[in-house]
Amino acid sequence: MSTLSANLDSVSHDDHAHAHDHHDTSGDTVFGFWLYLMTDCLLFASFFATYAVLFMNTAGGVSGKDIFELDFVAVETAALLISSITFGFAMIAAQGQKKALTLTWLFVTFCLGAVFIGMEVYEFHHLIVHGNGPQQSAFLTSFFSLVGLHGLHVTAGLIWMTIMMIEVAKRGLGKATVTRLSCLSLFWHFLDIVWICVFTVVYLMGAM
Amino acid sequence: MSLLGNLSLDAIPFHEPILVFTMSVIAIAGLIIAGLITKYKKWGVLWRDWITSVDHKRLGVMYILLALIMLFRGFSDAIMMRAQLALATSGAPGYLPPEHYDQIFTAHGVIMIIFMAMPFMIGLMNIVLPLQIGARDVAFPFLNNLSFWFTASGAILINLSLVFGEFAKTGWVAYPPLSELTFSPGVGVDYYIWALQISGLGTLLTAVNFLATVFKMRAPGMTLMKMPIFTWACTWANILIAASFPILTAVLAMLTLDRYLDFHFFTNELGGNAMMYINLFWAWGHPEVYILVLPAFGIFSEIISTFAGKRLFGYKSMVYASGAISILGFIVWLHHFFTMGSSANVNAFFGVMTMVIAVPTGVKLFNWLFTIYRGRLRISVPVLWTLGFMVTFTVGGMTGVLLAIPGADYVLHNSLFLIAHFHNTIIGGAVFGYLAGFVFWFPKAMGFKLNEKWGKASFWCWIIGFFVAFMPLYVLGFLGMTRRLNHTNNPDWNMWLYIAAGGAVIIMFGIISQVIQLYVSFRDREALDDTTGDPWNGHTLEWATSSPPQIYNFATIPHIDDIDAWTDMKEKGQAYQDKANYSPIHMPKNTSAGVLMAASLTVFCFAMIWHIWWLAVVGLVGGIAIFIKRCYTSDVDYYIQPDEIARIEAAYNSSGVKELKA
Repeated sequence: MSTLSANLDSVSHDDHAHAHDHHDTSGDTVFGFWLYLMTDCLLFASFFATYAVLFMNTAGGVSGKDIFELDFVAVETAALLISSITFGFAMIAAQGQKKALTLTWLFVTFCLGAVFIGMEVYEFHHLIVHGNGPQQSAFLTSFFSLVGLHGLHVTAGLIWMTIMMIEVAKRGLGKATVTRLSCLSLFWHFLDIVWICVFTVVYLMGAM
Repeated sequence: MSLLGNLSLDAIPFHEPILVFTMSVIAIAGLIIAGLITKYKKWGVLWRDWITSVDHKRLGVMYILLALIMLFRGFSDAIMMRAQLALATSGAPGYLPPEHYDQIFTAHGVIMIIFMAMPFMIGLMNIVLPLQIGARDVAFPFLNNLSFWFTASGAILINLSLVFGEFAKTGWVAYPPLSELTFSPGVGVDYYIWALQISGLGTLLTAVNFLATVFKMRAPGMTLMKMPIFTWACTWANILIAASFPILTAVLAMLTLDRYLDFHFFTNELGGNAMMYINLFWAWGHPEVYILVLPAFGIFSEIISTFAGKRLFGYKSMVYASGAISILGFIVWLHHFFTMGSSANVNAFFGVMTMVIAVPTGVKLFNWLFTIYRGRLRISVPVLWTLGFMVTFTVGGMTGVLLAIPGADYVLHNSLFLIAHFHNTIIGGAVFGYLAGFVFWFPKAMGFKLNEKWGKASFWCWIIGFFVAFMPLYVLGFLGMTRRLNHTNNPDWNMWLYIAAGGAVIIMFGIISQVIQLYVSFRDREALDDTTGDPWNGHTLEWATSSPPQIYNFATIPHIDDIDAWTDMKEKGQAYQDKANYSPIHMPKNTSAGVLMAASLTVFCFAMIWHIWWLAVVGLVGGIAIFIKRCYTSDVDYYIQPDEIARIEAAYNSSGVKELKA
């Protein structure tokens, strides 16, 4: 939090050498990003609420019991949960200024995330070709939207991660880069928590 | 599949004389403005100092300019509707065909709430809040610029609907199934969706930005309970924005999926549930009205304590009352549709919660009264607006409590009684507040005061016009007239409709007075010059800067010991003091990334509205690419050197000291 003291405390400005450094606003950035994540959480909450209202409206079509395959989703879930741990390792490496190790763990995380998205796309494709697309009933509409919203977030996270890997490779682990990695890390763990809710509310409760 | 999707020349409404006239006026006005800018060679200044500016004060001015322009548009819609209803009595058709009239009332609602009130509120917050907490800018200056341009993008989209195609005919709430593709096959609802979506994103980013600013960038010594009351009110409003706007984003996204991809969230068939839309819409919509009114309450608090020459009575109770209103604002949304048919217990709960809101609001009103008590109230234009508000808003609050009774609501819902009620609270509460804040902080933002005489004329026209225009609507509500009628055939209603139209004309004179006031004040700006930066003998830190404030706001960040920090500094003789040596000040650089990204996403939205898929991809990818490029630019800041600061400060302090001696 030297940010604020540097910005606001006139005393610290007397040190010219220090003042000419780029200001460290990492604390503000991470806090601001965390606030954004809370708003994102409410976006998910709205989709969860809608799913809760609509999931029984199958309009004579399939219900969760008919289409959810828990074994498949368990593997998918495991991939995403493990990717959270590997991102944690990436952050430890980044804080220790170990560039190669950071890149390695980011790559592992990326692969796990890609596995998750790949499986989700397969699941959606499978449902659609068997005539259970989102246009068939309010249940399928809300299911595809909620899970798809999470999937879109993970995809955005993967794109972001790719850019971060390029940045780390090119610029090393400067302060700004580590701050950005911290934000991505918050984002990634947040998506994990949301997925735990999706897995519980949609898949477990739906298949039971 | 044509290259331009569904867009063709047929989309331009040449057959509507009113629209052709409007388009011509806009085109001519635009050409004149562009000509003047070219003549005085101001394009460069406009681009460098305004459009790409990340300075919160300049963004604030641009927000308010946007709000005023949209006020003209929204008011034109209003007076057209009143004229139509005054002409279309006793079975006459009037001059507006239903399909045009429906677009006008929808546009009026959307524009006044989303593109007039919101930018006005956010503009005032931009100008004042960082100054009040002793900060040099907001936490994320680039994001602030981006938010403004997202809001402007929404406004541009909604005005494009005048020229290309149509606007929604659904009412400003766009309830399904009417707003579904089956019943609204045109592009109107799509304009509505994308305009709200992009401006909503801007508002959400603003809230995140200002929350981070307030929690992270207050001057040393300013604890949360020493923050100025306007800052507190805005902070509550920002918490409400952060908590409610994602719901709007979600519900609009769902409606988009229904309309574009044949999903079934809210359709009549295949299990869709239209009530889900209405619940989600108001879970955003009700907090939204407190987002509008809480900052206005903050403005009144600042004004009343400044002009009574007293400390605000009950500062803490004011803060807690705002908090209570914010929390209660989230558990009353169902009162917008008591007639949905929930059980009596559910309706009773929401009815009681709604009535409970009157308690913290009442606390505020008494606090203002007690602040005036034994003060020396100077009757200036901001005070007139405040007093007018206290009377008007109380009437609106009482009719609100009346509507909160589910039984009464069954009779009055969807009637003109409701229309009268919410105009009573939004005009009498929010709009009066913003206009008061406009006069109050105008010298701070622009460097000269506004003309008193025309300000008073404007106030009296507004308040008299308001009562003449809206009290008849309460009567019409009791007489059974419902909202959104295009023409009527009931002789009992005629007189009241004529009176209401007359009221709208009086309000029009209020708005004209404001335009004259701006012109006269600009003409006489030398005489109205504010040299001290403290024209009203203010209490809070924004008055501790010059008018307009130095780009860096504060040469040295003050240490705060009191809620009324500036009064405290003046009493201790710490005001207008030259410092021996200044340190370099770190400032953000202006950037064109915000406006370019917003422009790109506007193209995306427009392409989505007209199903021009290739252009949508270009717009979206372009917007994301500009954002990523901006994120990886490191040349984002610069320093202002001590000698320059010393020069600026000496000039300001000497004029301040002169004023103190005088």
